[in-house]
Amino acid sequence: MNKSNNTSGAQSARKPRNAKGTILRLFQTMLHERALFVLALGLTLAGNLLGLVGPSLAGEAIDAIGAPGGIAWNVIARKCALMLACYAGSALLSYLLSLLMIHISRGVVYRMREQAFDRLMRLPVGFYDRNPSGDIISRISYDVDTVNTSLSNDIVQILSTVVTVVGSLGFMVAISPKLLLVFCVTVPLSFYAARRRATVTKPLFRARSRKLGELNSLVEEQLSGLTTLRAYCREDATIDKFDAINEEAVEAYYRSEYEGSVVGPLVNFINNLSLALVSVFGALLFCAGQMTIGSISSFILYSRKFSGPINEAANVFAELQSALAAAERVFALIDEPIEPEDAPDARALTQVEGHVELDHVTFGYEENQPILRDFCVDAKPGRLIAVVGPTGAGKTTLISLLMRFYDAQQGCIRVDGSDVHGLTRDSLRAAYAMVLQDTWLFHGTVYENLAYGNDRATREQVVAAAKAAHADSFIRRLPQGYDTLLTDDGANISKGQKQLLTIARAMLLDSRMVILDEATSNVDTRVEKLIQKAMRRLMAGKTCFVIAHRLSTIESADEILVVNHGEIVEHGTHQELMEKQGFYYNMYRAQFE
Amino acid sequence: MKKVLTYYLRPYYARMALGFAIKFFGTIMDLFLPWILAFIIDSVIPTGDKRMIYLYGLLMIVCAIGAFTMNVVANRMASAVSRDTTRTIRHDLFERIVHLSAAQTDEVTKPSLISRLTTDTYNINNMLGRVQRLGVRAPILTIGGILITLTLDPVLTLILVATLPFITWITVHISKVSIPLYHHVQDASDKLVRLVREDAAGIRVIKALSKTDVERARFDDVSREVIRNEKKASGMMARVGPLTGLILNSAQVAVIVAGAARVAMGACEVGRILAFMTYFTIILNAVVNISKMFVVFSRAAASADRVMAIIDMPQDMTQALPACVREALPQGEEPPAIAFEHVTFRYGKSGEETLTDIDFTLRRGQTLGILGETGSGKSTLIRLLMRFYDPDAGTVRLFGQDVRTMDNAALRAHFGVTFQSDTLFEDTIAENIRLGRALTDEQVMQAARDAQAYSFVVGDKQGFESALNVRGNNLSGGQKQRVMIARALCGHPDILVLDDASSALDYRTDAALRAALREGYADTTKVLVAQRISSVAHADLILVLSGGRVIARGTHETLLKTCELYQELYASQMGGLAQ
Repeated sequence: MNKSNNTSGAQSARKPRNAKGTILRLFQTMLHERALFVLALGLTLAGNLLGLVGPSLAGEAIDAIGAPGGIAWNVIARKCALMLACYAGSALLSYLLSLLMIHISRGVVYRMREQAFDRLMRLPVGFYDRNPSGDIISRISYDVDTVNTSLSNDIVQILSTVVTVVGSLGFMVAISPKLLLVFCVTVPLSFYAARRRATVTKPLFRARSRKLGELNSLVEEQLSGLTTLRAYCREDATIDKFDAINEEAVEAYYRSEYEGSVVGPLVNFINNLSLALVSVFGALLFCAGQMTIGSISSFILYSRKFSGPINEAANVFAELQSALAAAERVFALIDEPIEPEDAPDARALTQVEGHVELDHVTFGYEENQPILRDFCVDAKPGRLIAVVGPTGAGKTTLISLLMRFYDAQQGCIRVDGSDVHGLTRDSLRAAYAMVLQDTWLFHGTVYENLAYGNDRATREQVVAAAKAAHADSFIRRLPQGYDTLLTDDGANISKGQKQLLTIARAMLLDSRMVILDEATSNVDTRVEKLIQKAMRRLMAGKTCFVIAHRLSTIESADEILVVNHGEIVEHGTHQELMEKQGFYYNMYRAQFE
Repeated sequence: MKKVLTYYLRPYYARMALGFAIKFFGTIMDLFLPWILAFIIDSVIPTGDKRMIYLYGLLMIVCAIGAFTMNVVANRMASAVSRDTTRTIRHDLFERIVHLSAAQTDEVTKPSLISRLTTDTYNINNMLGRVQRLGVRAPILTIGGILITLTLDPVLTLILVATLPFITWITVHISKVSIPLYHHVQDASDKLVRLVREDAAGIRVIKALSKTDVERARFDDVSREVIRNEKKASGMMARVGPLTGLILNSAQVAVIVAGAARVAMGACEVGRILAFMTYFTIILNAVVNISKMFVVFSRAAASADRVMAIIDMPQDMTQALPACVREALPQGEEPPAIAFEHVTFRYGKSGEETLTDIDFTLRRGQTLGILGETGSGKSTLIRLLMRFYDPDAGTVRLFGQDVRTMDNAALRAHFGVTFQSDTLFEDTIAENIRLGRALTDEQVMQAARDAQAYSFVVGDKQGFESALNVRGNNLSGGQKQRVMIARALCGHPDILVLDDASSALDYRTDAALRAALREGYADTTKVLVAQRISSVAHADLILVLSGGRVIARGTHETLLKTCELYQELYASQMGGLAQ
């Protein structure tokens, strides 16, 4: 129960963080659109080329104005027409390139989200107990968005930088290899400076993503408990709490920008420095008679062309950094260890009889704190097994083991004689119909929620199940009946009604084993009795595990297991246990005190 | 968006102006460099004076250092302004959300509120920083460029200036069209938030039903919707850059043609046109950069709209009656602690009445038990009592005062409550009980004792300082309920409300809890909603609800004689012992 352990759950399995690795993975994700990517590269090249042709045509047109033989109108007309065509072409190309980059980056984003969500579906349930959903949401929405923005804008920038720099470099080599020596100093200097900055800013950008995740977690938690907070007039205290984390979040953002926004001016400075050096050396070379003024000025012209894009690239540096930090968080989620895969020789559980055995099972969420100790149960097909005991005795944990949300540390669980480790999880879980105390409904219509477990159910069957669960009458009173949209985890219906819906959902399942964990705790006892009749019919011949505090509901169980501190202290039928006058007897009497 | 600019940024206008000024000079320094360079080439080099060459080289370096320093300072100031603005906006938004009425929260939905607080405010933060950092240089270059070209050839400049209205129109128009598109993007990402939030909560059910593939498909739908909307919005914005470029480049062609004509007329020289073209290129790049900023701007504008829509929501459920209208309390006799006077209520404007004509009074220290079928309006009655909603007819009174005349904080300070679906927070057990109230450790421990939570809490190594997991998931259902009951008991509230709060408790614990309530909370008025008759049998008044109406009232004894539903409930719970 150590907080730092809890919150670091998502980071625990993180591979050593490494920018190169992250870039590589991002790149791999992009490679899915390999052909388009090459096309984008081509468009960038062509666009830049047209961008170079335009000005040179303009130069020729202007030359034609100043042509010795008077103004060469026909030449001007031809050049201008060409220019227009060039510019129209380059506008079209750059529009296409933007669309293409949008397409590619959205593809990457889609794939990242898909992978992240796929992982979420395969993680063990314990992950969700440790990690606030706010942080998970932050990774899937904000972090992926950050990557997206950076990809669609910055990649083009970097590509054209590369193209222009290489092109200009060629021209400069042709003009004066000696002057180029200046760049041998300043270009590496730029890279070195950017790298140095990166080591300073990297942790800051990580912190920025992390803090936003924390803000998200707090917001999610506090808004989930908003009614409680309002009831206790905790509005101001909550706001204070929010302000504290908000302060951290904006400050982290500020810190990252504080350092990150230096890069642009810094690289610009180095370029200016090189310009100054070029001027001085150029002038000296001229004085030494090694260079003409004309070539100095065209060298400088190209070196401006050269440093322009480098400056631009330096300006997107901060965004790239934040994208990398965000991508890291997404990849960390994607790398979370999943539920162990089914054994390679695992077979699907078919033709279920419903014979469940627990053979000396011991389990604890933490190694040395067993919740269940040496648990033995033999549930023959068709039997109704009730589990009773004080709260915290381990009853719900037992359900988690039956459903294989967790695996026992010692002992084994068998269904129809085969160890559950030899069965696929899906088939094992499908063999159970489960209703939990914490009802879960999703944003959808009542009908969709009911039919969720069984898509082959007909409308008649769904209505019949709702009737059996005594949910039909209140469903019909809802504004749109079965087609009423349940919003925000069913905020528009009462908790007891939610339980009735989840029971109806379970009734539609065609499974040989049933688990009811306090399934009707918020339903009034009269309706509960009525439902029970229906459930009895549905449970006929099925193996049932029922957890209930209202002992009246389980009197007819074939076997009652009395659990205390993770151990079975008594078992037998209601009659036997009452006669025994032990633990159960006392619990039973307590109802009427 | 307007409010962000005129209200939230207002306190920083001076700082922003200073920042802009610094940035301005930094940019000028930066632009000075090529000018010095030109001077060296044109005037210094031909003289061959090495001393002058070094001097001007040094001057360039000084300028470079100046530009660097000023740009960095200005950037940092800009970041500070966007930090402070975002902090205030987020604070205001959160404050408003916390004070929204329950009905307003239902309407906007929590996932949407969450994404407005996070992604939307982030978009605003991003925009503010970027526009301030990059939004100075481009306008300076544009305006400066135009001024210089004006000195070169005013007529040709006119061609250039003539394009500006078109460019402005295109940028503004496309941005106007895209803002709603970005709205759709954000709305779609609300759905993304909702789905992930939902599935995180329901993972056990999803796995139990082997529905992970269905959830993947649902996620895929939402994810595609987000992308589709993003593509639409970004695709629209992607037109701005190429279109502006095309217009300016066409103008450039026009300039050449017009220039040729002017040269032919002898009004201009070729050299000037050449220089003109150089500046034209600078202006062109600057304008394209400005248009790029509109992308960030449009997205942030949509986000700002969403944020401001919440901040500007009208105050719902204010003190309906001003203090002076408050009825004077009758002299002498103490008013009832709780009184419902013919209260009728329905959720939303239409639909069935959830509560009809509820009428009862309860004196200080008395216990009210509420029983009834699932969905009969029990929890709604609690919500009206605590004024999460106002009744459509009738009055709810607390100690003789209409709850609508009371300040919400004053009203709720009377209560200790555990709701049916209550929440635990990722914090220590002590803090979950205390919930930020000024309560001593003594009081916290006593409340835990009364709520039958003490033994399992101190059983753990860290006791009251044990940290709870997300939603208290490292406790069992019954343990969670006991911590929440302790929260309600802590500080001996005037009125204790337990809405089906002991459903996960075993009978023995439940009985011990009832005994503790009887002995330690005699002066507390208690409202207990329960399924178990045993929980309310001792109440001074029991209301039996059905379909939103009180169908029977009285004590346990009278109800056993008079109320059929009560008898049935009793029989169903007492099993064989009922007779």
